[in-house]
Amino acid sequence: MKGMAKYYGRKIIWYVITLICAVFLNFLLPRLMPGNPVDMLVNQAATGVTDPGVREQMVRQYTEEFGLDKSLPEQFFTYVGNLFQGNLGMSISQYPRSVNDIVGSAIIWTLALQLPSIIVGWFIGNLLGALAAYIRKGVDKALLPIFMFISNIPTFGLGMVFLWLFASQLHWFPVGGGYAPSMTPHWSMEFVLSVLDHYRLPFLTMVLVTIGGQAIGMRSMSIYELNADYVKYSRFLGIRDHKIVGYVFRNAMLPQVTGLALSLGTMVGGNLVAEMVFSYPGIGSTIFDSISGRDYPLLSSCTLIITIMVLIANLVVEILYAVIDPRVKATQTDS
Amino acid sequence: MFHQIKQVFHSPKFVVGFVIFVIMLVFAIFYPMVSSFGPMEMVGTGFYAPGTYVSVVDTAQSGDSLTFNVDTASSAYDSALPQETRESMKKWLVNQAGVAEGDIDLNDAEALVALWQEKYDPELSQGLITADKRAYQRLDEQLKTLGSGDGGIILAVEDEEGNLQVSKEVAANQFVNVSDISNTVTVPMGTDNFGADMATKLASSIGVSLQIGLLAGIIATIIGLFFGLLSGYLGGWVDDFLVFITNLFTVIPSFVILILIANSVGQAARGPMMVAMIIGCTSWPWTARSVRSQVLSLRNRDHVNLSKLSGHSLPRIVLVDILPYLASYVVMAMILQISSGILSEAQLSMLGLGPSTADATTLGLMMNWAQKFGALTSNCWWAFIPVIISVALITFSLNLMNTGLDQVFNPQLRDS
Repeated sequence: MKGMAKYYGRKIIWYVITLICAVFLNFLLPRLMPGNPVDMLVNQAATGVTDPGVREQMVRQYTEEFGLDKSLPEQFFTYVGNLFQGNLGMSISQYPRSVNDIVGSAIIWTLALQLPSIIVGWFIGNLLGALAAYIRKGVDKALLPIFMFISNIPTFGLGMVFLWLFASQLHWFPVGGGYAPSMTPHWSMEFVLSVLDHYRLPFLTMVLVTIGGQAIGMRSMSIYELNADYVKYSRFLGIRDHKIVGYVFRNAMLPQVTGLALSLGTMVGGNLVAEMVFSYPGIGSTIFDSISGRDYPLLSSCTLIITIMVLIANLVVEILYAVIDPRVKATQTDS
Repeated sequence: MFHQIKQVFHSPKFVVGFVIFVIMLVFAIFYPMVSSFGPMEMVGTGFYAPGTYVSVVDTAQSGDSLTFNVDTASSAYDSALPQETRESMKKWLVNQAGVAEGDIDLNDAEALVALWQEKYDPELSQGLITADKRAYQRLDEQLKTLGSGDGGIILAVEDEEGNLQVSKEVAANQFVNVSDISNTVTVPMGTDNFGADMATKLASSIGVSLQIGLLAGIIATIIGLFFGLLSGYLGGWVDDFLVFITNLFTVIPSFVILILIANSVGQAARGPMMVAMIIGCTSWPWTARSVRSQVLSLRNRDHVNLSKLSGHSLPRIVLVDILPYLASYVVMAMILQISSGILSEAQLSMLGLGPSTADATTLGLMMNWAQKFGALTSNCWWAFIPVIISVALITFSLNLMNTGLDQVFNPQLRDS
C-alpha cells in the first residue's frame, strides 16, 4: 500500500508542476509577442473611441493590470498572487461584471454538458467497439464505416447539421441556447424542464462523436487481443466463451483508458466549439464572446480554467488506471 | 521501395481513401479554372439557392421585341415593387394609418401589399399635398392590377417626387424563349451570404485548407521527429527533459495554446500560412512521443550497435541506421497531422481566430460565415452542408489511407 501512496504522490506532484507551467504559459505567451501588449490591447479595444482622455485612462488601467512597469518575474508573481486570491480581473466587454462572475456561471454549464457526454460516449463507444470486434461479419461491416465517417466530422460540424435539420427544420429540439430565452436562471420546475429540453441536442451530438472515435479504437484493440496467445490457450483449455470475452474486454480497455487521457484535451476543445454553435451558455460561448469582444482578461481566464479542468480530469483518469490495471499495483508494491 | 508502394495500393482501405482524396484535390485545383467566377466575386446579393438565375434588371426592361417578366423571386410583387415604392408605402402606413414601424417588413413584399390592401383608404390621406394623394391612389390601382394576376406592369420612376407612372403593360400570356435570355447566371451550389458562388469558393477553400494542413503537418512532423529521435536515442537527462516537455504539452490542451498564440498574433498578421505555422508548432507532442517509443525499440538492434562500434557519428547513426526504419511510421504520423491540422484550422476559424486575408478563404472560415449570417436558421443548407461534408471527406480519406498503410506495415493488424 505504501508503494501505491508513493505512486499517487508522484502523479500529483507531476500534475502540480504541469499546472505551474500552464499558468506560466498563460502568462507568458501574450507577453512574448512583438510590440507593447498594452498598445495592442488598447488599439483593439478602443476602435471607434476618439476621446484621448478615455484612451489614456485605458492605457493606464492596462499598464497597472499587467504591471508592465515592473520586471517580468515581478509581473509573474503579481499575476500568480492575484490568481491565488481568486481574482481574475475585470471583464472588458461586459464591463461592470468581474471575470470571476462570468467564468463561474459559465463553467457549471460546460461541466454539466461535457462530463456526462464524454463519459456516456466513452462507455457506449467501447461496448460497441468490443461488440463489433467479437461478432465481426455483418455488424462490423455496417458499423465500422459509419463510425469512421462520424468520427471524422468535427463535433461542431455535426452540431451545425443537427441544429439545422432537427431543430430549425423539423422542430424536434429547441434552436440553441441553454434555456428558453424568456427565462432567467432560477430554481423552478419550469426552468429545469426548459434546461433539460435544451440539453438534449448538444448532449446527443457530443455523445455520438465520442462514440465514433472510441468504438474504432476499441474495435482494433479487441481484435488485437482476440488474436493473442492467451485467448487461444484459454479456448484450448475449454474456458467458456463469455469468460474469455471478459478477459479480452478488460485487457483491451486499458489502452482505451490511457487513450482517453491523451485525447481529452482535443475532445474538450472540439466540444467547446460545438457549445458555441448551440449558443450554449458555457465556456465555449464565453471564449467566442471574449474573442469577438477583444476581451483579453476574460479569454485568458477561460483558457486557464479549461487547462485546469483537463488537468484534473487527466489526473482522475490516471488514478483510475492504477486501480483497474493490476500491473501498476504490482510494479509499485515490488519496488 | 517500388515493391512497397505496389503493396500499399493493394490495400482496399488505402485505395478508397486515396481515390476520395484525389477527387477532392482535383476539384480544388481544376474547378476554379473552369468556373466563370472568382472565389470571392460577388455574383448575387446574398444566399441564393442552387439554380439558374435571370438578372432582375432584364425583367423590368421592356423593348418592342423582347418583353418578359420572369419571376426570380417567390412572388410577383418582389420584382415589381422597387425599394422606393416600398419606402413610400411604409411612409403612408406609418404616418396615415398609424401602423407600428416594427410591424412593417420591407423585404417581404407580399406581406407589405397585404397590409396595404387591408389599411389603405383614400380618406386617410388627408393632410398630404394633392400630388401625393394622387400618387398613392395610383399606386393602389397598380397594386390591384398586379394582384389580379392577369398581367404585369413595368413600373418606372417618373418625376422628382418619386411618383410612379405606368410605362408599359404586359399581358400574362406574353412569353419569351428561355434561350433568348442572355443575362443569366448559373450557380450549381448556390451562393453564400456575400453572394459569392459556393462551388468556386468551396474549391478554392479546399485548396487553401489542404495547404494549411500540409504545412502544419510538415512542421509538426519535423519538430516531433527531431525531439523523438533525440530523446529516444540519446537517453539520459536529454530524454528525461524532452519527455517532460512532451508530456507537459500532451496534457495541456493544444487547443488552449493555439487560442492564446493566435489571439496574441493579432488579426492583421494572421494569414493562412501563419495559422498553419501556429498549428504546426502546437501539435507536435504526440508525434514526438510515438517516434520516441519506436526509437527505443530500435536503438539496441544489432546493426545500430555495429554502427556505434565502427565509430560513426551521431547524426549518421540516427539518419542512416534509425530513420529509414521509421520512414513508413513517419509518413503515417504526418498523414494524421495533416488531417488534424485541417480540423484545427476549422476550429480556430469558428472561434473567430482564423486566417484573415481578403483574397483567401478556408473551409473553417466558410463554416464560420454560414453560422454567423444565420444560414442554419434560414434554411440555407447549401452554405454549410457541402463545406462540412468536404471537411469530413478529407479527414476521412486521410484516416483511411493511414489505416491502410498501418495494415500493410503492421502485419499483426492485417486480417482486420
